[in-house]
Amino acid sequence: MTAQVITVTSGKGGVGKTTAVANLAVALASNGSRVVCIDGDIGLRNLDVILGLENRIVYDIVDVIEGRCRLKQAMIKDKRLPNLHLIPAAQTRDKNAVSASDMTRLTKDLRAECDFILIDSPAGIERGFKNAIAPADRVLVVTNPEVSAVRDADRVIGILEAEDKGPGALIINRLNPSLVRRQEMLSADDVLDLLAIELIGIVPEDEGVLIGSNRGAPVALDPKSKAGEAFRNIARRLKGEEVPFLDLESGSSLWERIQKLAGRR
Amino acid sequence: MNETNSLIQIKGLRDGLLVSLSDAPWDEQLSALLSRVDAQPSFFQGARLALDVASQVLKVDDLVALRDHLSERGIFLWAVISESPTTQQTAQLLGLATRISKPRPEETRQFAVEDLGEETALFLDRTLRSGMRIEFPGHVVILGDVNPGAEIVAEGNVIVWGRLRGMVHAGAKGNRQAVVCALEFSPMQLRIADEASAAMSPQTQSKPQIARINQFGNLQAENWSPA
Repeated sequence: MTAQVITVTSGKGGVGKTTAVANLAVALASNGSRVVCIDGDIGLRNLDVILGLENRIVYDIVDVIEGRCRLKQAMIKDKRLPNLHLIPAAQTRDKNAVSASDMTRLTKDLRAECDFILIDSPAGIERGFKNAIAPADRVLVVTNPEVSAVRDADRVIGILEAEDKGPGALIINRLNPSLVRRQEMLSADDVLDLLAIELIGIVPEDEGVLIGSNRGAPVALDPKSKAGEAFRNIARRLKGEEVPFLDLESGSSLWERIQKLAGRR
Repeated sequence: MNETNSLIQIKGLRDGLLVSLSDAPWDEQLSALLSRVDAQPSFFQGARLALDVASQVLKVDDLVALRDHLSERGIFLWAVISESPTTQQTAQLLGLATRISKPRPEETRQFAVEDLGEETALFLDRTLRSGMRIEFPGHVVILGDVNPGAEIVAEGNVIVWGRLRGMVHAGAKGNRQAVVCALEFSPMQLRIADEASAAMSPQTQSKPQIARINQFGNLQAENWSPA
């Protein structure tokens, strides 16, 4: 049994890559999978903070690559989920400390030990991004329903296609159903229409996500959160389950829902 | 050394050096090229280099690494010429030229392009995404969408069998008879010859449209109807 390497990327910054990695990691791990997250954003590490593991860092990914420690020593075990580990980024180095072949070698060593390896890509389409996608078996592209984010996602998908990494699967993050209803936000259909790739999840806007990130407790751990449920569903889809998409329209009026059902929207 | 030299040929061009590689494995080619450069650093220093990679399929990483290696040696890589569409696309992604002013001497297909001029068409069976740019000295036909942020520059007509939402410049060398048509016509910007117009009539209902320069010399798009 060998692990699947999944890289989460976006092009644009601030759309929720790191949040997605943290939430998918805890969702997969609480479902029984063995998960290792790798923070690929060297020099600007965040994933440890969102997972609430910052104070446990001793060694980081650059230490592993440069041979100052063994791989196991850099893997931080999560305090809640014993089958979730994090390999943190180095905060005091930059992206040039790591190469694409280093990433491939690192994931190769990890593949036998776990079920999923999640790599958090830095924003942009430069070296750090190239390093993060190099070992990927599958790429998840995160975007917000926002014109500039969608444009960047389109560019990233073009590069993934050119690199033979497939078009990737799409996560639409921070969708606000009431803004969409008032036609003040791109709908999931608008985004899909342009990007034309497989959709793997729609995560609604939810202030719980921010609160969870600040507390180091990803929202996917909260059984009542709608965003958490969306992330848990994506995790199940990654495992190959067929999971229906959440009904994010539940706040809309009965009449609008009937119209939608009748396909007359 | 003799063996490595036979892998690569170097010629002077009006606008730089043309280095032609063979179909040997890329790693060998690369090290042959670099050792050649390192053998005569003063000859190559500051050169503009166009690379003919024949049918090699190169990924972004390969070309980025090559460009880095060359720039460390004071050489500017400006063009990659290839028969492989993948490599051409990779080069375009990196903003490198994929054609040089002289045709490939041994390529009869290129002569055909010269002879036929605008009557040649480039057919692309894919969606053009943001950041992709197609330049062609004839007509361009796209079977797919042209997304916002993608660009097409053609000397002839441009036909998009799909949604046109990027930038198109038809008749780029001044042909005012050139037309642009699309199944769903909402280009970010449209140019024909030297006329330009920003986002024309955003389409709510998607009807095929055709744009041309009308008798008053203005760009105009209208619904397409069978003649």
